[in-house]
Amino acid sequence: MYFESLDALLNMAGHGPYVWSCYGLFVALLGINIWHARSQNLKALKQAKALVRRNQ
Amino acid sequence: MTQSIWRMPRWFHQMGSPKWFYDFGGILQPWFAVVAFVLLTWGVVWGLAYAPADYQQGNSFRIMYVHVPAAILSQSIFLGMAVAGAIGLIWKMKLAFMVARSCIAIGATFTIIALLTGAIWGKPTWGAYWVWDARLTSTLVLLFLYAGVMALNQAISERQVAGKATAILAIVGTINIPIIKYSVEWWNTLHQSSSFTLTSKPSMPADMYLPLLLTVLGSYCLFALVVLMRTRTQILQTQSGTSWLAQHRDITGA
Repeated sequence: MYFESLDALLNMAGHGPYVWSCYGLFVALLGINIWHARSQNLKALKQAKALVRRNQ
Repeated sequence: MTQSIWRMPRWFHQMGSPKWFYDFGGILQPWFAVVAFVLLTWGVVWGLAYAPADYQQGNSFRIMYVHVPAAILSQSIFLGMAVAGAIGLIWKMKLAFMVARSCIAIGATFTIIALLTGAIWGKPTWGAYWVWDARLTSTLVLLFLYAGVMALNQAISERQVAGKATAILAIVGTINIPIIKYSVEWWNTLHQSSSFTLTSKPSMPADMYLPLLLTVLGSYCLFALVVLMRTRTQILQTQSGTSWLAQHRDITGA
Protein backbone atom coordinates (compact mmCIF):
# COMPACT_ATOMS: atom_id res chain seq x y z
CA MET A 1 0.00 0.00 0.00
CA TYR A 2 1.17 3.56 -0.76
CA PHE A 3 0.04 4.88 2.66
CA GLU A 4 1.76 3.93 5.89
CA SER A 5 -1.43 3.55 7.97
CA LEU A 6 -5.20 3.49 7.68
CA ASP A 7 -5.31 7.00 9.14
CA ALA A 8 -2.98 8.25 6.41
CA LEU A 9 -5.20 6.58 3.78
CA LEU A 10 -8.31 8.26 5.19
CA ASN A 11 -6.66 11.66 5.61
CA MET A 12 -4.63 11.65 2.36
CA ALA A 13 -2.49 14.55 3.60
CA GLY A 14 -5.53 16.81 3.90
CA HIS A 15 -7.16 15.79 0.62
CA GLY A 16 -9.22 12.98 2.19
CA PRO A 17 -12.56 14.87 2.36
CA TYR A 18 -12.32 15.79 -1.35
CA VAL A 19 -11.28 12.34 -2.51
CA TRP A 20 -13.66 10.29 -0.35
CA SER A 21 -16.68 12.49 -1.11
CA CYS A 22 -16.07 11.94 -4.84
CA TYR A 23 -15.92 8.17 -4.43
CA GLY A 24 -19.01 8.30 -2.23
CA LEU A 25 -20.90 10.22 -4.93
CA PHE A 26 -19.75 7.78 -7.62
CA VAL A 27 -20.93 4.72 -5.66
CA ALA A 28 -24.18 6.33 -4.41
CA LEU A 29 -25.37 7.77 -7.75
CA LEU A 30 -24.51 4.67 -9.78
CA GLY A 31 -25.96 2.46 -7.01
CA ILE A 32 -29.27 4.38 -7.17
CA ASN A 33 -29.28 3.97 -10.96
CA ILE A 34 -28.77 0.20 -10.79
CA TRP A 35 -31.32 -0.15 -7.99
CA HIS A 36 -33.90 1.87 -9.97
CA ALA A 37 -33.28 -0.13 -13.17
CA ARG A 38 -33.59 -3.41 -11.20
CA SER A 39 -36.77 -2.39 -9.36
CA GLN A 40 -38.42 -1.21 -12.62
CA ASN A 41 -37.47 -4.54 -14.20
CA LEU A 42 -39.02 -6.54 -11.35
CA LYS A 43 -42.16 -4.38 -11.45
CA ALA A 44 -42.54 -4.92 -15.23
CA LEU A 45 -42.00 -8.65 -14.80
CA LYS A 46 -44.68 -8.78 -12.10
CA GLN A 47 -47.14 -6.86 -14.30
CA ALA A 48 -46.43 -9.12 -17.30
CA LYS A 49 -47.03 -12.21 -15.16
CA ALA A 50 -50.31 -10.76 -13.84
CA LEU A 51 -51.48 -10.00 -17.40
CA VAL A 52 -50.73 -13.55 -18.55
CA ARG A 53 -52.61 -14.96 -15.52
CA ARG A 54 -55.63 -12.73 -16.28
CA ASN A 55 -55.68 -13.85 -19.91
CA GLN A 56 -55.56 -17.56 -19.04
CA MET B 1 -27.71 0.22 -55.54
CA THR B 2 -29.04 2.84 -53.13
CA GLN B 3 -31.64 0.36 -51.96
CA SER B 4 -29.09 -2.37 -51.17
CA ILE B 5 -27.07 -0.01 -48.94
CA TRP B 6 -30.11 0.73 -46.79
CA ARG B 7 -31.38 -2.85 -46.68
CA MET B 8 -30.79 -4.51 -43.32
CA PRO B 9 -28.51 -7.54 -43.20
CA ARG B 10 -30.10 -10.63 -41.62
CA TRP B 11 -28.07 -10.42 -38.37
CA PHE B 12 -28.98 -6.75 -37.99
CA HIS B 13 -32.65 -7.57 -38.48
CA GLN B 14 -32.34 -10.36 -35.88
CA MET B 15 -30.82 -7.90 -33.38
CA GLY B 16 -33.91 -5.76 -33.78
CA SER B 17 -36.17 -8.57 -32.59
CA PRO B 18 -37.41 -7.93 -29.02
CA LYS B 19 -37.49 -11.67 -28.28
CA TRP B 20 -33.89 -12.16 -29.42
CA PHE B 21 -32.71 -9.10 -27.50
CA TYR B 22 -34.60 -10.15 -24.35
CA ASP B 23 -33.01 -13.61 -24.37
CA PHE B 24 -29.51 -12.55 -25.39
CA GLY B 25 -29.60 -9.62 -22.95
CA GLY B 26 -30.62 -12.03 -20.19
CA ILE B 27 -27.50 -14.11 -20.87
CA LEU B 28 -25.17 -11.08 -21.00
CA GLN B 29 -26.59 -9.23 -17.98
CA PRO B 30 -24.98 -11.29 -15.16
CA TRP B 31 -21.63 -11.31 -16.99
CA PHE B 32 -21.61 -7.53 -17.30
CA ALA B 33 -22.57 -7.28 -13.61
CA VAL B 34 -19.67 -9.49 -12.48
CA VAL B 35 -17.07 -7.91 -14.83
CA ALA B 36 -18.18 -4.36 -13.88
CA PHE B 37 -17.94 -5.18 -10.17
CA VAL B 38 -14.51 -6.82 -10.47
CA LEU B 39 -13.00 -4.10 -12.71
CA LEU B 40 -14.40 -1.19 -10.69
CA THR B 41 -13.38 -2.68 -7.32
CA TRP B 42 -9.90 -3.51 -8.64
CA GLY B 43 -9.43 -0.07 -10.21
CA VAL B 44 -10.79 1.87 -7.23
CA VAL B 45 -8.73 -0.01 -4.60
CA TRP B 46 -5.58 0.28 -6.75
CA GLY B 47 -6.19 3.96 -7.45
CA LEU B 48 -7.07 4.89 -3.87
CA ALA B 49 -4.55 2.89 -1.90
CA TYR B 50 -1.70 1.72 -4.13
CA ALA B 51 -1.12 4.31 -6.88
CA PRO B 52 1.60 6.86 -6.01
CA ALA B 53 0.60 10.47 -5.27
CA ASP B 54 0.96 13.02 -8.07
CA TYR B 55 4.05 15.23 -7.77
CA GLN B 56 1.98 18.41 -8.30
CA GLN B 57 -1.56 17.66 -7.11
CA GLY B 58 -0.71 15.27 -4.28
CA ASN B 59 -3.52 12.86 -3.33
CA SER B 60 -6.36 14.91 -4.83
CA PHE B 61 -5.38 13.45 -8.23
CA ARG B 62 -7.01 10.16 -7.05
CA ILE B 63 -10.36 11.79 -7.92
CA MET B 64 -9.31 11.13 -11.53
CA TYR B 65 -10.25 7.43 -11.17
CA VAL B 66 -13.94 8.32 -10.86
CA HIS B 67 -14.01 11.70 -12.63
CA VAL B 68 -12.41 10.64 -15.93
CA PRO B 69 -14.56 7.48 -16.45
CA ALA B 70 -17.69 9.54 -15.67
CA ALA B 71 -16.65 12.26 -18.15
CA ILE B 72 -15.78 9.72 -20.91
CA LEU B 73 -19.02 7.80 -20.37
CA SER B 74 -21.18 10.95 -20.28
CA GLN B 75 -20.04 11.77 -23.82
CA SER B 76 -19.94 8.28 -25.31
CA ILE B 77 -23.40 7.44 -23.93
CA PHE B 78 -24.79 10.57 -25.60
CA LEU B 79 -23.16 9.52 -28.88
CA GLY B 80 -24.48 5.97 -28.43
CA MET B 81 -27.95 7.35 -27.76
CA ALA B 82 -27.80 9.40 -30.98
CA VAL B 83 -26.58 6.39 -33.00
CA ALA B 84 -29.37 4.20 -31.59
CA GLY B 85 -31.85 6.98 -32.37
CA ALA B 86 -30.54 7.27 -35.92
CA ILE B 87 -30.87 3.49 -36.41
CA GLY B 88 -34.44 3.75 -35.15
CA LEU B 89 -35.22 6.58 -37.56
CA ILE B 90 -33.53 5.06 -40.62
CA TRP B 91 -34.61 1.41 -40.26
CA LYS B 92 -37.78 2.09 -38.22
CA MET B 93 -36.49 -0.25 -35.52
CA LYS B 94 -38.54 0.12 -32.32
CA LEU B 95 -35.89 -1.65 -30.27
CA ALA B 96 -33.31 1.00 -31.20
CA PHE B 97 -35.60 3.66 -29.73
CA MET B 98 -35.85 1.56 -26.56
CA VAL B 99 -32.04 1.35 -26.34
CA ALA B 100 -31.76 5.12 -26.86
CA ARG B 101 -34.34 5.70 -24.12
CA SER B 102 -32.40 3.37 -21.78
CA CYS B 103 -29.29 5.52 -22.24
CA ILE B 104 -30.85 8.74 -20.91
CA ALA B 105 -30.83 8.22 -17.11
CA ILE B 106 -27.44 6.50 -16.91
CA GLY B 107 -25.89 9.09 -19.25
CA ALA B 108 -27.29 11.96 -17.16
CA THR B 109 -26.00 10.23 -14.00
CA PHE B 110 -22.46 9.98 -15.38
CA THR B 111 -22.64 13.66 -16.42
CA ILE B 112 -23.73 14.71 -12.91
CA ILE B 113 -20.89 12.62 -11.42
CA ALA B 114 -18.38 14.21 -13.84
CA LEU B 115 -19.58 17.72 -12.93
CA LEU B 116 -19.72 17.16 -9.16
CA THR B 117 -16.41 15.30 -8.86
CA GLY B 118 -14.83 17.90 -11.16
CA ALA B 119 -16.10 20.69 -8.93
CA ILE B 120 -14.77 18.96 -5.81
CA TRP B 121 -11.41 18.32 -7.53
CA GLY B 122 -11.32 21.99 -8.60
CA LYS B 123 -11.28 23.28 -5.02
CA PRO B 124 -7.84 21.92 -3.94
CA THR B 125 -6.42 22.30 -7.48
CA TRP B 126 -7.70 25.66 -8.73
CA GLY B 127 -8.98 27.13 -5.44
CA ALA B 128 -12.59 27.23 -6.72
CA TYR B 129 -15.42 24.73 -7.07
CA TRP B 130 -16.59 26.21 -10.35
CA VAL B 131 -15.14 28.40 -13.08
CA TRP B 132 -16.91 29.29 -16.32
CA ASP B 133 -14.28 27.43 -18.29
CA ALA B 134 -15.04 26.05 -21.78
CA ARG B 135 -14.77 22.38 -20.72
CA LEU B 136 -16.95 22.81 -17.62
CA THR B 137 -19.54 24.93 -19.39
CA SER B 138 -19.86 22.58 -22.38
CA THR B 139 -20.26 19.64 -19.96
CA LEU B 140 -23.01 21.57 -18.15
CA VAL B 141 -24.67 22.07 -21.56
CA LEU B 142 -24.45 18.28 -22.01
CA LEU B 143 -26.38 17.82 -18.75
CA PHE B 144 -29.05 20.25 -20.01
CA LEU B 145 -29.24 18.27 -23.26
CA TYR B 146 -29.79 15.05 -21.28
CA ALA B 147 -32.48 16.86 -19.27
CA GLY B 148 -34.11 18.03 -22.51
CA VAL B 149 -34.06 14.54 -24.02
CA MET B 150 -35.52 13.13 -20.79
CA ALA B 151 -38.26 15.76 -20.62
CA LEU B 152 -39.17 15.30 -24.29
CA ASN B 153 -39.29 11.53 -23.88
CA GLN B 154 -41.62 11.77 -20.92
CA ALA B 155 -43.81 14.52 -22.36
CA ILE B 156 -44.95 12.43 -25.34
CA SER B 157 -47.11 9.49 -24.36
CA GLU B 158 -46.99 7.66 -27.69
CA ARG B 159 -43.74 5.65 -27.51
CA GLN B 160 -42.96 5.65 -31.21
CA VAL B 161 -43.41 9.43 -31.55
CA ALA B 162 -41.41 9.99 -28.34
CA GLY B 163 -38.65 7.77 -29.72
CA LYS B 164 -38.47 9.75 -32.97
CA ALA B 165 -38.49 13.13 -31.21
CA THR B 166 -35.78 12.18 -28.72
CA ALA B 167 -33.69 10.62 -31.51
CA ILE B 168 -33.74 13.93 -33.44
CA LEU B 169 -32.83 15.93 -30.32
CA ALA B 170 -30.02 13.48 -29.47
CA ILE B 171 -28.64 13.67 -33.03
CA VAL B 172 -28.72 17.48 -33.01
CA GLY B 173 -27.17 17.50 -29.51
CA THR B 174 -24.10 15.54 -30.64
CA ILE B 175 -22.72 18.83 -31.97
CA ASN B 176 -21.77 19.50 -28.34
CA ILE B 177 -19.53 16.39 -28.10
CA PRO B 178 -16.62 17.66 -30.25
CA ILE B 179 -17.00 21.02 -28.47
CA ILE B 180 -16.44 19.28 -25.09
CA LYS B 181 -13.59 17.17 -26.45
CA TYR B 182 -11.65 19.94 -28.17
CA SER B 183 -12.59 22.77 -25.76
CA VAL B 184 -9.24 22.43 -23.97
CA GLU B 185 -7.42 22.89 -27.29
CA TRP B 186 -9.65 25.54 -28.91
CA TRP B 187 -9.80 27.84 -25.89
CA ASN B 188 -7.36 28.85 -23.20
CA THR B 189 -8.85 26.85 -20.31
CA LEU B 190 -7.99 25.97 -16.73
CA HIS B 191 -8.95 22.35 -17.36
CA GLN B 192 -6.07 20.03 -18.18
CA SER B 193 -5.94 18.13 -21.48
CA SER B 194 -7.02 14.47 -21.80
CA SER B 195 -5.49 12.06 -19.26
CA PHE B 196 -5.11 9.44 -21.97
CA THR B 197 -6.06 8.91 -25.58
CA LEU B 198 -6.44 5.85 -27.79
CA THR B 199 -3.70 7.00 -30.13
CA SER B 200 -0.82 8.04 -27.87
CA LYS B 201 1.18 6.55 -25.00
CA PRO B 202 0.02 7.84 -21.57
CA SER B 203 2.24 10.47 -19.96
CA MET B 204 1.68 8.87 -16.54
CA PRO B 205 3.50 5.84 -15.11
CA ALA B 206 1.68 2.48 -15.41
CA ASP B 207 0.83 2.48 -11.68
CA MET B 208 -1.23 5.61 -12.31
CA TYR B 209 -2.93 4.90 -15.64
CA LEU B 210 -3.70 1.17 -15.28
CA PRO B 211 -6.22 1.75 -12.44
CA LEU B 212 -7.81 4.42 -14.66
CA LEU B 213 -8.07 1.96 -17.53
CA LEU B 214 -9.79 -0.51 -15.15
CA THR B 215 -12.34 2.04 -13.91
CA VAL B 216 -13.08 3.20 -17.48
CA LEU B 217 -13.66 -0.38 -18.69
CA GLY B 218 -15.65 -1.20 -15.54
CA SER B 219 -17.85 1.87 -16.11
CA TYR B 220 -18.54 0.77 -19.70
CA CYS B 221 -19.61 -2.67 -18.41
CA LEU B 222 -21.84 -1.02 -15.78
CA PHE B 223 -23.40 1.13 -18.50
CA ALA B 224 -24.03 -1.98 -20.63
CA LEU B 225 -25.64 -3.70 -17.63
CA VAL B 226 -28.01 -0.80 -16.95
CA VAL B 227 -28.96 -0.42 -20.64
CA LEU B 228 -29.71 -4.15 -20.88
CA MET B 229 -31.84 -4.01 -17.72
CA ARG B 230 -33.78 -0.94 -18.84
CA THR B 231 -34.29 -2.16 -22.42
CA ARG B 232 -35.49 -5.57 -21.20
CA THR B 233 -37.91 -3.72 -18.88
CA GLN B 234 -39.32 -1.81 -21.87
CA ILE B 235 -39.64 -5.08 -23.81
CA LEU B 236 -41.67 -6.52 -20.90
CA GLN B 237 -43.89 -3.42 -20.88
CA THR B 238 -44.54 -3.33 -24.64
CA GLN B 239 -44.62 -7.04 -25.47
CA SER B 240 -46.72 -8.26 -22.53
CA GLY B 241 -49.61 -9.28 -24.78
CA THR B 242 -47.50 -11.38 -27.16
CA SER B 243 -47.46 -15.18 -27.21
CA TRP B 244 -43.64 -15.52 -27.04
CA LEU B 245 -43.53 -13.57 -23.78
CA ALA B 246 -46.53 -15.40 -22.32
CA GLN B 247 -44.65 -18.66 -22.88
CA HIS B 248 -41.26 -17.33 -21.74
CA ARG B 249 -39.63 -19.03 -18.74
CA ASP B 250 -39.35 -15.65 -16.94
CA ILE B 251 -43.17 -15.48 -16.99
CA THR B 252 -44.11 -19.14 -16.61
CA GLY B 253 -41.28 -19.82 -14.13
CA ALA B 254 -40.57 -23.15 -15.85
